[in-house]
Amino acid sequence: MSSQAENSAHTRQVPSSTDEFIKGLWKENPVFVQVLGMCPVLAVSNTAENALAMGMATAFVLLMSNVLVSLLRHFIPKEVRIASYILIIATFVTITDYVIQAISVDLHKSLGAFISLIVVNCLILSRAEAFASKNTVGKSIMDALGMGLGFILALFSLGAVREILGNGSIFGYGLFPTGFQEWVVMILPAGGFFTLAAWLLIFNIIKQKKSTG
Amino acid sequence: MNEEPLMQIFISASLVNNFVLAYFLGICPFIGVSGKIDTAGKMGGAVTFVMLISSMCAYGIHALLVAIDAPFLQLISYIVVIASTVQLVEMFVKKMSPTLFRALGIFLPLITTNCAILGLALFQTNKGYDFLQSIVYALGAGAGFTLALVLIAGFREQLEFAEVPNVIKGTVLTLMVAGILSLAFMGFSGLGSN
Repeated sequence: MSSQAENSAHTRQVPSSTDEFIKGLWKENPVFVQVLGMCPVLAVSNTAENALAMGMATAFVLLMSNVLVSLLRHFIPKEVRIASYILIIATFVTITDYVIQAISVDLHKSLGAFISLIVVNCLILSRAEAFASKNTVGKSIMDALGMGLGFILALFSLGAVREILGNGSIFGYGLFPTGFQEWVVMILPAGGFFTLAAWLLIFNIIKQKKSTG
Repeated sequence: MNEEPLMQIFISASLVNNFVLAYFLGICPFIGVSGKIDTAGKMGGAVTFVMLISSMCAYGIHALLVAIDAPFLQLISYIVVIASTVQLVEMFVKKMSPTLFRALGIFLPLITTNCAILGLALFQTNKGYDFLQSIVYALGAGAGFTLALVLIAGFREQLEFAEVPNVIKGTVLTLMVAGILSLAFMGFSGLGSN
């Protein structure tokens, strides 16, 4: 059973696995629909680069912890499952923390404590509890990839908007000719709240149009 | 060692660098539990208490980890301590005041995954606060968290009666109010920093 599911995950032909992947991107997007893992979304989305790095780090931890939780799902006693999940997640976050520090000290500095705070990202714990602990490894991988990609997309769309409006640049490259008045508030904490509110609003309008039309 | 005066630490943690509105820590309960002023205040109290205890524990753990030279265990041991503190608090509250226990309900165990608490432990370690400074820092952060939560709950209670389009209701409206509140809190910047 589990080997079948794994095969289908690799070839991506059986619809169920593909569905697990797709749902994270749009229908159950972790940020815009489920509103999970808000803290890093708001805090490190002030530039597109930070947002992308944070998204990838979170997606990596999500993938690894989903795989391990799914592998161990028959061995972890029910009473201590949450504690075990948190320990698994904390281990991978520590690894990610050191890897990012090794790749780029500047990036590590600008992300600051938020790399460590991936541990308490509700998104990862909720996927471990709601999905990986009940499904096969193959399905869990697809779920983690979909959710991770959805998270990266959401973070990036926030970070890009904030950087373009607040800094007049994208990935550090200037966009506008001189004379463009930067919208400084977008870089500040308040801008994070406003941008996220705007994106959620857009999603709500689309959903409403779909349900009525 | 950090030489900041205690009063400055308190003001900075509660107002200038408010954990919710400036650092975006603890957004989940901020959106989830901020429906009523009463619940928001109790939640703030519980979080402050856990912050205080885990801040003291984190100080001891950090000293121990430095002594045995194992910094990579920091994150894992912090989260374990926070989880067990929350468990202890839960048992204590259940025994001492069943009424309060029922009032807090599911939000008590959920404090474990409140990033404000782990964030506090990590920040105080990064800043190199000593024992007394850590306690004041935890109190300030808790006060700031409670203040933000109660403020937003007050706004939301009033907004219940406002006529807004359906698409804005709920999270979107809360986020917009939070943004405006965050703008207002920017007025505190510079306070206490001479």
